[in-house]
Amino acid sequence: MTSTLRPPPPAPPTSPQHAQSPAPRSPRRRRSWRQALRRDWQLYSLAILPLLFFLVFRYLPMIGNIIAFRRFKPGGSIFGEYWVGLRYFRMFLTDPTFWEVFTNTLVLGTLTLLFCFPLPIVLALLLNEVRARRFKRFVQSVSYLPHFLSIVIVAAMVMQLTSIEGTANQLVTLFGGDPVPFLQRPEWFRTIYVSSEVWQTVGWGTILYLAALTTIDEDLYEAARIDGAGRLRQTWHVTLPGIRPTMVTLLILNIGSFLAVGFEKILLLYNPLTYPTADVISTYLFRMGFQSSNFSYAAAIGLFEAVIGLILVLSANVISRRTVGTSLW
Amino acid sequence: MVTLGTKIDAPTTRGPVDSRGYRIFRVVNTIVLLGVVVVTLYPFLNIVARSLSEEAYIIAGKVTIVPRGFDLTAYKLLMSDAMFWTNYRNTVVYTVVATLISIVLTTCYAYVLSKPQLKGRPFLIGVALFTMFFSGGLIPNYVLVTSLGMKNTIWAVVIPNAISVFNLLVMKAFFESLPSELEEAAAVDGLNTYGTLLRIVLPLSKAIIATMVLFYAVSFWNSWFTAFLYIDRQDLLPVTVYLRNLIAGATSAESAAADADKVQAAATLQAVTIVLTTLPILAIYPFVQRYFVRGVMLGAVKG
Repeated sequence: MTSTLRPPPPAPPTSPQHAQSPAPRSPRRRRSWRQALRRDWQLYSLAILPLLFFLVFRYLPMIGNIIAFRRFKPGGSIFGEYWVGLRYFRMFLTDPTFWEVFTNTLVLGTLTLLFCFPLPIVLALLLNEVRARRFKRFVQSVSYLPHFLSIVIVAAMVMQLTSIEGTANQLVTLFGGDPVPFLQRPEWFRTIYVSSEVWQTVGWGTILYLAALTTIDEDLYEAARIDGAGRLRQTWHVTLPGIRPTMVTLLILNIGSFLAVGFEKILLLYNPLTYPTADVISTYLFRMGFQSSNFSYAAAIGLFEAVIGLILVLSANVISRRTVGTSLW
Repeated sequence: MVTLGTKIDAPTTRGPVDSRGYRIFRVVNTIVLLGVVVVTLYPFLNIVARSLSEEAYIIAGKVTIVPRGFDLTAYKLLMSDAMFWTNYRNTVVYTVVATLISIVLTTCYAYVLSKPQLKGRPFLIGVALFTMFFSGGLIPNYVLVTSLGMKNTIWAVVIPNAISVFNLLVMKAFFESLPSELEEAAAVDGLNTYGTLLRIVLPLSKAIIATMVLFYAVSFWNSWFTAFLYIDRQDLLPVTVYLRNLIAGATSAESAAADADKVQAAATLQAVTIVLTTLPILAIYPFVQRYFVRGVMLGAVKG
């Protein structure tokens, strides 16, 4: 918008012809804002409530992060009492527990990315080869279903399946093993978490890929076939490049939420016995804030996490624009 | 979608004759996909079977997908728990109110954002988009909601997540796809912006509004953390938190699980609660699934 305003040189501020304008410094811009307001005020009025929502419930908390640098007293000002500088940041950076949960976050985030990103692509490619339309639709409908469940329900199902008398242990005893209290074993937490995540997201994740697959030009397959490409090479040279923009976009989004790994699900599934592998940054800050009532300390950790998340998504975006030419904006 | 789907079905799409290897692949593929179906459905069937089984069989690890020792005690126990129904009613109320607020706010903002000639539009879009990648975080949000006096009220549940930026973008994309001549004609007829939105645009947007209602309603129906965080009074909790407290073993005295039957019925009771909480979703799922898919794809085009 601004660039279109620039080419015509603004009228010289001293010019007497523009005396009727109340804003002599940049009359064009002022006047066009005024015109816009006069013409579109009803449209702007529709934006007031939503803007108020964003301001109060999205941007005010961002400013509220200031308590990470200030002493906070419950019941006092939401922006804290007095400055303490980087004290809380120093506190958590020297806290060994923080680095433990930081490592756990990286491991769980990496595992989630490793499984939850490629598996929908594989499933979409498999579905794409199905010719019986009703069977395809049936598989799709069933695989979307877990997406619609509350995390509480998924967690409850996980608990039932992995309980001492649950299905997982029925299998274990079937093969002659002793029942394992899976959810109380730190070494099992990652497996359980990632499997439940895959179960819940893989089907729904195929939607965008399946949509992208239908937009691939049939002629490309024809041409590949004439060149002697078999099914596998058609998939490699035509199908995969065809869905690459979708893949890149979803990868960037996945990377952006990398540190925010399934906070709610972990909160429901973990317990002190599994903290060594299950405790992540978000759950740690939750306990710091609400069980130890150390709001400033928790806010400092939260701010650190949010800033890293932002940096991750921005860099992923830049890298993908430079390398494959796809970006979010 | 439909026309493109038929292309895939045509047997001659990608080659006159299937190679032997490809025929084998298709058999394997069918088996793999059936495996996906089984793995996806198994937990549901397992839960239903457990909810209908006698506790003794569950503890003995004998229940898979067939109920053993058919028993409805747990259903009766849960149905007679007044708190369960109170919480269930809360979920319905919260979902309806929150969806209503969300739809109004989202529709208004999306409509404003869909006007390409509007001055300041990039800024208005930026305000929304930025919140997708950076958020204030748990603690400042909690401090804010508490200081607004919204704790232990319905507003703590329905307001802080009123606008989903993803839904906003879906709706904006839809409004942008409407022909602008319609609105120009409305302006010529003397309708102002509000009139155009109410009488011309919204009637044409029934399908997208239905999709948005579903998106929001399902997410509010399923949400638990906001209520868990901001609501301490048990009679104000939604049913998801009721279930959460049940599985966390933190049920209060009023709750059925705290009865003398607790020890015997714990596993079955959990299963029954899961079944009754999921039931509404499962009941409408077959009818609304395609709207969800359409909405997601619409969002992907512009989002």
